[in-house]
Amino acid sequence: MCLAIPGRIVEIHGNIAKTDFGEGVTRNVDISLVQAREGDYVIVHAGFAIQVLDEKEAKKTIKLFKKLLNIPV
Amino acid sequence: MFEFKDSQLANRIIEELKKMNLNIRLMHACGTHQDTLIKSGLNSVFKELGIEIRQGPGCPICVTPANEIEEAIVLAEHGLTLTVFGDAMRVTGFSKSLYDARAEGCDVRIVYSISDAVKIAEGNPDKKVVFLAIGFETTAPATASTLLHGVPENFYILSSHRYFPPALDVLLSLGEIRLDGLIQPGHVSVITGLSPYYHLLRKYNIPQVVAGFEPLDMLLAVYSLSKQIKAGTPKVENEYTRAVTEEGNILAKEYLSKVFEPYDVVWRGFPLVKSSGMRLKKEFKDKDARIVFADILAGVNVQDYEEPKGCRCNEILRGLVDSFDCPLFGNKCTPDHPVGPCMVSIEGNCNINYRYTGGRRIKV
Ligand code: SF4
Repeated sequence: MCLAIPGRIVEIHGNIAKTDFGEGVTRNVDISLVQAREGDYVIVHAGFAIQVLDEKEAKKTIKLFKKLLNIPV
Repeated sequence: MFEFKDSQLANRIIEELKKMNLNIRLMHACGTHQDTLIKSGLNSVFKELGIEIRQGPGCPICVTPANEIEEAIVLAEHGLTLTVFGDAMRVTGFSKSLYDARAEGCDVRIVYSISDAVKIAEGNPDKKVVFLAIGFETTAPATASTLLHGVPENFYILSSHRYFPPALDVLLSLGEIRLDGLIQPGHVSVITGLSPYYHLLRKYNIPQVVAGFEPLDMLLAVYSLSKQIKAGTPKVENEYTRAVTEEGNILAKEYLSKVFEPYDVVWRGFPLVKSSGMRLKKEFKDKDARIVFADILAGVNVQDYEEPKGCRCNEILRGLVDSFDCPLFGNKCTPDHPVGPCMVSIEGNCNINYRYTGGRRIKV
C-alpha cells in the first residue's frame, strides 16, 4: 500500500483525474491534495496524488551531480 | 514517464565510492527503498563497497502492533463491515488475521483506497462500514481529505495512522546500533518537508539525505551521505527535489492538522513512541471507531499478545538485523505462510528479500 507510483494525468473532472500509469494501465486518482494540471506527472499513493513531479528538477539534480564529479554535461 | 537515469553518472559514483574506502552503516526507512536496493542488485554493490544498508521501521503495516489489528478483527466479528488494504489482511491480531475472520464469515473487504471504502458505505446504507486506516504521512492526508469532504453517516475510521519522524527519534535515542547516516523516505518527505530532519540533525548530529526511488536516486543519496560522513559535516540534504520541497505539501499538512492530533502510541518492536499516533480530533468523534464502538473494543488488551516464537520482526524494525538473519526466513516463514508481519506486507523487509531471492539464505 505504501508503494507510491508515478502516473501522468490525462483528464481532470473536479477532484478526480484519469491517470496513465504506462503499459495501458489507467486509473482514476483523487487530486484533492495537489494542484495538478492535465499532462502533469504525479506521485500516487493509495488512490491519491500526493505531489506533482517536477521534470526540470530531475534534470537539474543529474546536472548538479555531473558537475560535482567533473562529468561533461 | 520521464526517466531518472544516467549510467555514466551511476558508474562514476560507484568509482568514487570505491576510492573512499568506506566502512559505514546506513539506514533507510521505506519498503520502496528496500525494493529498489534488492531488485537492482545495488545492495550487493554497496556491500562490496563497505556500505551496509538496513531497513528500519518504514513499513506501516509491520509497525502496527497486534492489538490494533485485533481491534479490526473484533469489530468485524461484531457484524461490522471492515474495509482494509489488501496488504494488512494476513497480519495476525492476537490469534488470527482479518483473512481468517473473513473465512469464518465476517464481512471484510479489500480496498485499494479510502475512496473505495466510502463507496462501499454509500452502497450499503444498512451496514456500518469501518476503514482500518494504516499508514504514515503519505496515506493519512487521504483519510483527512476524505473526512473533510464529507462521508456517509455509516462510515467510520479506525485510525492506525502514525507520524513517522518520532520513530526515528526513538530509534536513534535507543542507540542500539551504530548508524552513520539516514536515507530519508522520499514519500513521507513529500508531505512533511525537511523540518523533521533538522530536528534529528540538531539532536543526534547524524547525516541525512532525502532520496527518491530509482537506483540512481539511491546512488546519489549514498554518495552524498558518504561525503558528509568522510568530511565529518553532518547535514540534511535533499536529493529528491523533483518531488520534495523544503516545506513539503502544505495543503496535505493543513488537512492533517485539521483532522488529527498526536498521541503516544506503541509501535511494533518499539517502546511507546511519544506523539506519534494520529488520533481523530474531537470534531470527528462521531467518525472515530474507537469512540463510537468503545464498548466492543473494551476487551482488546495489549497484554493478551505474544510475538510468534523465533520471529525477529521486532529487531528488523529497529534495524538491528536483516531478515536473512532470521532462522525461519524462507523455510518456516514464506509469503504464503508468513510468521510475522515483515513477511506479510509487500513493504516488509522479509517479504521484499524473499521476493527477489526466492528465500535463499544469502547475505546481501
Ligand atoms: S522471516 Fe518471518 S519469522 Fe523471520 S523475522 Fe521475518 S517475518 Fe518474522
